[in-house]
Amino acid sequence: MAFMGDIMNPAPLWQNGPSPGAFYNFPGNSSSLASNHTPQDFKAHSASPITTTTTVIGVKFDKGCVIAGDTLGSYGSLARFRDCPRVMKVNDLILLGSGGDYADFQYLKDIITQKIIDEKCIGDGLQLKPRSLHCWLTRVLYNKRSKMDPLWNSYVVAGIQDGEPFLGAVDKLGTAYEDAAIANGLGAYMATPLLRDALEKGPLDQEAALALVRKCMKVLYYRDARAFQRYQIGVVTAEGVTVHDTEELQPDWSLAHMIHMK
Amino acid sequence: MFRNQYDSDVTVWSPQGRLHQVEYAMEAVKLGSATIGLKNKEYAVLIALKRAVSELSAYQKKIIPIDDHIGISISGLTADARMLSRFMRTECLNHRYAHDAPMPVGRLIALVGNKMQICTQRYDKRPLGVGLLVAGYDDQGPHIYQTCPSANYFDCRAMAIGARSQSARTYLEKHLTTFIDCDLQELVAHGLRALRDTLPNEVDLNNKNVSIAIVGPKTPLRICEEEELSRFLALVEGEERRGGASATGDAGAAPPRDEGDDRDPQVAVAMDTE
Amino acid sequence: MSSIGTGYDLSASQFSPDGRVFQVEYAAKAVENSGTVIGLRGKDGVVFAVEKLVTSKLYEPGANKRIFHVDEHVGMAVAGLISDARQIVETARSEASNYRSQYGTHVPLKYLNERVSMYMHAYTLYSAVRPYGCSVVMGTWTDYEGPQMYMLDPSGVSFSYFGCAVGKAKQAAKTEIEKLKLADMTVKDLVKEAARIIYLVHDELKDKQFELELSWVSKDTKGRHQIVPRELAAEAENLAKQALADIEDSDEGDM
Repeated sequence: MAFMGDIMNPAPLWQNGPSPGAFYNFPGNSSSLASNHTPQDFKAHSASPITTTTTVIGVKFDKGCVIAGDTLGSYGSLARFRDCPRVMKVNDLILLGSGGDYADFQYLKDIITQKIIDEKCIGDGLQLKPRSLHCWLTRVLYNKRSKMDPLWNSYVVAGIQDGEPFLGAVDKLGTAYEDAAIANGLGAYMATPLLRDALEKGPLDQEAALALVRKCMKVLYYRDARAFQRYQIGVVTAEGVTVHDTEELQPDWSLAHMIHMK
Repeated sequence: MFRNQYDSDVTVWSPQGRLHQVEYAMEAVKLGSATIGLKNKEYAVLIALKRAVSELSAYQKKIIPIDDHIGISISGLTADARMLSRFMRTECLNHRYAHDAPMPVGRLIALVGNKMQICTQRYDKRPLGVGLLVAGYDDQGPHIYQTCPSANYFDCRAMAIGARSQSARTYLEKHLTTFIDCDLQELVAHGLRALRDTLPNEVDLNNKNVSIAIVGPKTPLRICEEEELSRFLALVEGEERRGGASATGDAGAAPPRDEGDDRDPQVAVAMDTE
Repeated sequence: MSSIGTGYDLSASQFSPDGRVFQVEYAAKAVENSGTVIGLRGKDGVVFAVEKLVTSKLYEPGANKRIFHVDEHVGMAVAGLISDARQIVETARSEASNYRSQYGTHVPLKYLNERVSMYMHAYTLYSAVRPYGCSVVMGTWTDYEGPQMYMLDPSGVSFSYFGCAVGKAKQAAKTEIEKLKLADMTVKDLVKEAARIIYLVHDELKDKQFELELSWVSKDTKGRHQIVPRELAAEAENLAKQALADIEDSDEGDM
C-alpha cells in the first residue's frame, strides 16, 4: 500500500512518516528539483495588523535588563482586550517582549515555547542564549517579510549572555540591533529620549532601572492613545528571570487642563 | 555465496537478533589507518596516521575541519566520510546562521547519529562504512566523540579507531586517568605514543604520515603544519617503542604482542545493544 | 522454531506457513540482548530504572543515556538498539510537539502511545524496511488521570502496565516486580525498589560494568519527568548494593 502512486512522489509509510526515497538527494528526484516560484507566491498576505499592542520598552542596568509592556489589545482605536500579556519568560536567561499584532506574537510565542521544550528534552544542560534567540528572530522575521508576509511585530529580547546583560530589538522587517535602551512604536519617540538621558547620567542599578521604566510607562500612558494603565514588568539578571504581576499606574489628570489643542 | 542466509540486506534480522550487514559495515572502519582522539581539561586532540596509496601518491588526508570548533578524523570509506562531513558542515553553518553561535558538539553528533540510522533500516540503502572521531570544543569544554556505521555514537574520554587500533586503545586505557590533568604537550605526546603502538615495527611516525588537530578555548581548530608537527613528533622521538611507556616510567608494561599479525579482535555483535 | 532457515523468515512482509512473521520475532531478539529496563507505576507516579551496560572504559560516564524526555511530562526508557530507539524518541517528540501546536496542551499518554505504536507497527509491514530493534516504556503523571505507563514492542503492540520489565533479565525482574504492592507505593519507595531490582538481576559474570539510570515522573515533580536527583539516586543505589551484599551473605550462611 505504501508504495502506490507516483513513483517520484511516493506516499509516506504512515501518516506524517517518512516516504520511501524522502532521504535521497539524487538529481532528478522530485525533492531535489528547484522549486518554481509563481507570481502568486509573492502576493501580499498581511498588509496590516488586526489586534495590536503598543510600545514595549527595554533598558539595561548594571546586572541585567528590564522590559515592560502594557496589557491592552487594541482593535483599531477601540480598546478591546484588556488582558494581553506580552512580556514572556523564555528560559532562565531570556525575557521577550513584543509590540504589534497580538495574534502574530501568540503564534511565535508557541513556537518559541516548543523550541525551549525541545531543548529541555535534549537534556544536555545547555540553554538558549539571548543573542541566539535575537538572531533566530531576525532570521524568522526577515524571511517572512521577504515572502511579503511579515509577522507584524517588533520584539525586544533581553537576557544574560555569558554573564553580561544583553538587549536587542528586531522589527517586522527583520531590522535588528542591540542597544542599552530600546523602545518601539510611539515609545521610540517618547520613551527613548528619557531612557537615553538616564543612561547618559551613569550606570543604572536595578532599582533605578525599574523606576525609570515605570516613569516611561506613565509618560506613554499620558501621551499614547493606544496605551493602558495596566502593564507588566519583567526583570532578567544572572539570578534568573522574573515577570512581575501586572501593575497599575496611578495617573494624575489634574494637569490635563494645561494642555490646549488648537 | 553468502556467509549465511541472513546477511544479504540491511533489512534482515538474523534469528539471533543481529544485523549482519551492519556488522560488516563495522568491519570497513578497520580497513582505514588508525586514528586517535583524546582530551584534557581544556583541549581536544585528534591524531591520525596517514597512508599513501602508492609511491607516487600523496598521503591521504585523514582529518577534516568541520567548523572553527569541530574537526573529525576518519577511518573507513573516505567517500562516505565526505558525505558526512558535508552534512556536518552544513549543520554547523545553519546553526551559526540561525543562532549566531557555534553548534554544541553533542547536538551535532546526535543529528549525525539519527542520519546514519536511517540507512541501517532501509532496503535501498547501506550503512555508511566509516567511523569518525570528532574533536570539538563548546560551552561544556572539550569533547571526543566516536561514531560507528551502526549509528551508535559514544562520548569518550579517549578513543582510537582504525587498523590495529586495539593496541592504541590498550595504551589509552592504561593512561586514561593521567590525561585530564596533563598539559597540551603531554597530551599530544600520549596520543603519538598510542598511535605509534599501532605501527608495524619497520614503520615510524614522521611529519609526512602524521596529522594532528587541536581545538580548545580561544583556540579554533588547527591542523598542525610542518614546524609544529615536527616539534610534537620530537616529543616522542627516540623513545623506546612498544607501550611507549619509557616517558612515564613504566616501560615494558604493555602486553606482549605477536608482531606483524596484529589483528583487531572480531566484534561479536557490532550493533551492540549494550 | 522449526521454520527457521526455510526462507520464510527473511522479510517482514512475509508470513511463514504456520502464520508467523519471523522478522518481527527476530527483532524482538535484539531487545532481549539489551540491558534490563524496568518501569514501575505506583500510586503517585512512575519510576524508570535502566541497567546500562558499559562496554568500554574509554567512554565518558553517563554517555548514551537510555532514559529520554519526550516532552516535559513524558519520560521514555528504551531497551534494544540505542540508535533505533533514538528514532522512536524523535518520533514521539514530534508527535508530542504536533499535539501541542494543534491543541495547545500536553499530549495525553494514551494518544501518544497510540501514535508511536502505529509508527512502530508500520515498520513491520513492508519488505523495504526492517522492524525496529527496540522496545520502549513511556510514563507520565497527570492531575486528572494519575500515573500512566505503556510498554511498546518492536511488533507495534503496546499495553498499559502497573509494572513491566524488558531486556536481558526481564523474567527475573518481573518476578521481583510481582512481589511489590505497586498500587500502594510512592515513587520515593519505588526508586529504591527499582534500584534494588536492577542490581539484583544484573549478571556480573557476563556483563562487567554497568551504570544505573533512574528517572521519575510524579505528583511531587509536578508531573514533570526528571532524572532522579543525585543524592536520592545515590541513596537508592547504596541500599541496592547493601541488599545485594546481604543476600550473598545469607547464601553463604545457608551453605
